[in-house]
Amino acid sequence: MTATQDRAGTAEIGRDRRRKEDQRLITGRTRWTDNMVLPGMLHMAMVRSPFAHARITSVDTEAAKGAPNVVTVLTGADVADEQGSVPTAWNITTEQKNPPHPAIAVDRVAFAGEVVAVVVARSAAEARDAAELVDVDYEELPAAIDLKRAAADEVLAHPDLGTNISAVWQYDSVAAGTGDAVDEAIEEARGNGIVIDREYRQQRLIPSFMEPRSFVCDPTGEQITLWSSTQIPHITRFFLAVVLGIPESKLRVIAPDVGGGFGGKLQTVPEEFIAILAARRTGKPVKYTETRSESLMAAHHGRDQWQKLTLAAQQDGTVTGLKVELLVDLGAYAGTVGGGVPILGAFMYNAIYKFPSYRFNCTNVYTNKTLTDAYRGAGRPEATFAIERLMDELAVEVGVDPLEIREKNWIKHEEFPFDTVAGMTYDTGNYEAATAKAREMFGYDELRAEQKKRRDAGDTVLLGIGVSTFTEMCGLAPSRVLGALNYGAGGWEHATIRMLPTGKVEAITGASAHGQGHETAFSQIIADRLGVPFEDVEVLHGDTLIAPKGYDTYGSRSLVVGGEALVRAADKVVEKAKVVAAHMLEASADDLEFSAGRFSVRGTDQGVAIGEVATAVFAAHDLPDGVEPSLDSEATFDPDTFSFPHGTHLCAMEVDTETGAVKMRKYVCVDDVGNVINPLIVEGQVHGGLVQGIAQALWEEAVHDESGTLVSASFVDYLVPTAADTISFDVDQNVTPSTFTSLGTKGVGEAGTIASTPAVVNAVVDAVRHLGINDIRMPCTPERVWKAIHTASSGGSGGADPTEGAAAPHFDESTGMQGTADRTDGGAQ
Amino acid sequence: MIPAQFDYVAPTSVEEALAALAEHGDEAKIIAGGQSLLPVLRMRLNAPEWVIDLGRIDSLRGVRDDGDALVVGAMTTHADVRQDPLVTEHAGLVTKAIAHLADAQVRHRGTFGGALVHADPAGDLGAPALVLGAEFVIAGPGGTRTVAADDFFLGLFETAVGEDEILTEVRLPKHTGWGSHYEKFVRVAHQWPIVAVAATVRMDGDTIAEARVGLTNMGSTPVRARAVEEALAGQPATEDAVRAAADRAADGTEPPSDLNGDADYRRHLATVLTRRAVLAAAGA
Repeated sequence: MTATQDRAGTAEIGRDRRRKEDQRLITGRTRWTDNMVLPGMLHMAMVRSPFAHARITSVDTEAAKGAPNVVTVLTGADVADEQGSVPTAWNITTEQKNPPHPAIAVDRVAFAGEVVAVVVARSAAEARDAAELVDVDYEELPAAIDLKRAAADEVLAHPDLGTNISAVWQYDSVAAGTGDAVDEAIEEARGNGIVIDREYRQQRLIPSFMEPRSFVCDPTGEQITLWSSTQIPHITRFFLAVVLGIPESKLRVIAPDVGGGFGGKLQTVPEEFIAILAARRTGKPVKYTETRSESLMAAHHGRDQWQKLTLAAQQDGTVTGLKVELLVDLGAYAGTVGGGVPILGAFMYNAIYKFPSYRFNCTNVYTNKTLTDAYRGAGRPEATFAIERLMDELAVEVGVDPLEIREKNWIKHEEFPFDTVAGMTYDTGNYEAATAKAREMFGYDELRAEQKKRRDAGDTVLLGIGVSTFTEMCGLAPSRVLGALNYGAGGWEHATIRMLPTGKVEAITGASAHGQGHETAFSQIIADRLGVPFEDVEVLHGDTLIAPKGYDTYGSRSLVVGGEALVRAADKVVEKAKVVAAHMLEASADDLEFSAGRFSVRGTDQGVAIGEVATAVFAAHDLPDGVEPSLDSEATFDPDTFSFPHGTHLCAMEVDTETGAVKMRKYVCVDDVGNVINPLIVEGQVHGGLVQGIAQALWEEAVHDESGTLVSASFVDYLVPTAADTISFDVDQNVTPSTFTSLGTKGVGEAGTIASTPAVVNAVVDAVRHLGINDIRMPCTPERVWKAIHTASSGGSGGADPTEGAAAPHFDESTGMQGTADRTDGGAQ
Repeated sequence: MIPAQFDYVAPTSVEEALAALAEHGDEAKIIAGGQSLLPVLRMRLNAPEWVIDLGRIDSLRGVRDDGDALVVGAMTTHADVRQDPLVTEHAGLVTKAIAHLADAQVRHRGTFGGALVHADPAGDLGAPALVLGAEFVIAGPGGTRTVAADDFFLGLFETAVGEDEILTEVRLPKHTGWGSHYEKFVRVAHQWPIVAVAATVRMDGDTIAEARVGLTNMGSTPVRARAVEEALAGQPATEDAVRAAADRAADGTEPPSDLNGDADYRRHLATVLTRRAVLAAAGA
């Protein structure tokens, strides 16, 4: 840390550096996968199933094969012996059931969009034309579409599996030794406390990255090279090698500049297998770039859960227990980490509150729909939504302000480190300070006063205030914890620092940026650590030949885990350089100090810059005996624990009771993401994250019809917001550095998304709660909001969901629930 | 997204375009700004053998004053129509409707005539054309004919323009001094309207002398809310009076149901939006 401290005046860390990568990314003067043009390259087009579930009775490829410039057409039968099964990395239990997942369907398709044949032609247009000539006969099978009905095994998504249940997973605070029995707490609360039963719907979402997925495979030469618009070149290389039986050393995976992912490119996908199979068959480079329609239909989706929740509390609002039962729609197959996504939420439902008892049950279910997998936040947004919605309900039941009920139950700042009921140790945080700051920025009391005034005046436009005091777990992940969760890989990160003879520095990371700004933030870290100019650091990543080791980018891990690996590698460089510097200065290494990139002899004006040492090592003319002529160093960092960013988000929404339209009035967030390397990047991550979380609350929903066809199959119907639909957010920070890494960072990639969804829905519900409404299903469309108001005001049951069964209450009639807040039938259906 | 193969011709006069149409008949599609046709081609929902591009026929562009009407060339872009001072002065309703039409890129590529001939029931120009009593000048093999707005929209994506004809001009009768407003209801800014209401009113002091109200996306074509118009005539421009009239906005409509709302919700929206549109148009 000395370098950082001594150069405080000119420190790179904390500077709002403009991102070095932006010029090329924004102008497009760079290499995206679809820009790749190789000699003799062929193009692929996919023939995809229009049916959710069908037997393939015949595939006639003759006409397509005869079309102009078609080189070959591949069917599942053609590659059945070599294609293996697209793997999952995460069997959440040892008993998890996984249906075989062929890259090209052989005799049955299990979702609409699955590949049944591949046309390879000399141009993309000719491949597309010929794809229309492939004649596939299907015999439609009953499809498992609705999640709840699929969970009851009414129709099997994969008949040979015998059930739709993939796996059942539980966490219980008694079994874990972290708390009391939740059922006892609930029973007691039903007697003389408060019980809140709710069922919330996490709708299906589509990651909607900007760059559609693209793949180029070149089989020429000794190694097979795959360019892929992926977040995970290293994991993909491993999977492709293992499944296809290619020696890992004969496979190079390159993720060039990648246009966004949000978890949507965190998978090893059928199209990657197909690219390799087709390249091997033809002996030529092949390219495939999906259309947006294909992307929406067949790249994986996110969320899609039902959440049954029971919160127990004492009469004064002190929480005593939380029980969670999740039903999770995996879609047709277990994705790369699909089964594990809900498990990433299991440790977060208790959030910042001191629950003495907790149980989490999760049932993963197969359906005949596009598979689901990680989507920004992955498990944690669902958990945060549930608990933050429940805390608002508890506040109503106790009759206090939603901030007050949270303060009553949250971990006080002097109680850190705190061992939670979910078995995590939160190291630092200050919920009081973040909340106080947010409250002031928001003008909380004034807005509450306006809310009352509007209600009293019978204004047709009502105001609601939503709170979300979220936390999350970042820095995926301690390898030992992943092992305990039965994940198939580790969570460390690797870094290498190369000192070039000219004094320039190459920093190589196993993280794989796809828009985050790693090149800038990592350069700032290295510049401070080695005392070299920011501009002299080149960050290299995303190519298994250049960055041979790594676990890639997802789960807000790159800075927290990858950044620490870089720090450690840099420190090794300094240690090595010190020995040489001492030799050059004819001094003892013990007498040297390193500051601002310079080794100096204490108490003298003698010194040498690290760049000069690098040049000397390059020449190697005069090194101390036994010293290797290299300063290059590497480090692998495996975290001991997760990091726990948190924040207080406050949202004001206006609800037009005449139309149901909702409009954001104000959004304030004060986040604690630990130390900030680059405030500009952090602010950007928060802004983008907020919009993505707000979009779940208000706009986005992937809808399938009864036959399993995706209805929201274009951006006409799948509503992704633009800048025109959002307001200017008021973003600030309250920093408590993480104690787990030397940089003190906590991670910021998902914070905004995780926090904002419940803040918005809480605000919408708050605006109309006095009308007898306690839930509106996401997305809170004007129609849903208006129908909730309309139903409530006409003496009906209040409105949760007009379209399908909605946020129905989850109660067990046998227990009786007098005097509790579980009367969701009285409030919102 | 790659369209199926087609041949392309770009005539430089209406006569040449009509000749090309005559030659290729129903194997041809006309492209104006392409904002609706290109997605359809790229998604392979349609695969014409010929695409006839009107983009090089200069005579189809521009807005001119023709006495009691404005004449808008069919190939004038939305952006050019919106910025035209004549349109703002004499047919302000059109200016206001275009302000919220799709997004800036579409407004600079898409054309006034192209959007009207496409006849998307959720298109933003149909209802304004209807309430302004636009006249559609259509060129065909037998010469030129003019069709009144009430006879122009025949059904979903269907107009009075025949297979062998081309819309060349739209005449907008001047509504100088009329108040106008286009009330569009969307969930995100770039969306087609869930429902929209086009209103233009002639005031006589505080009284609504005459009102025209058109509805977007409340049926397979844009429709006039005639019951509302009749009820408004001679009424004061007050919240209560306008509300009473607007309550009849959905009379006789058959709106669609989709992900953004069912038919009943749209009927309700039509009444609220009509009230707002009329009050805004009346300057109340």
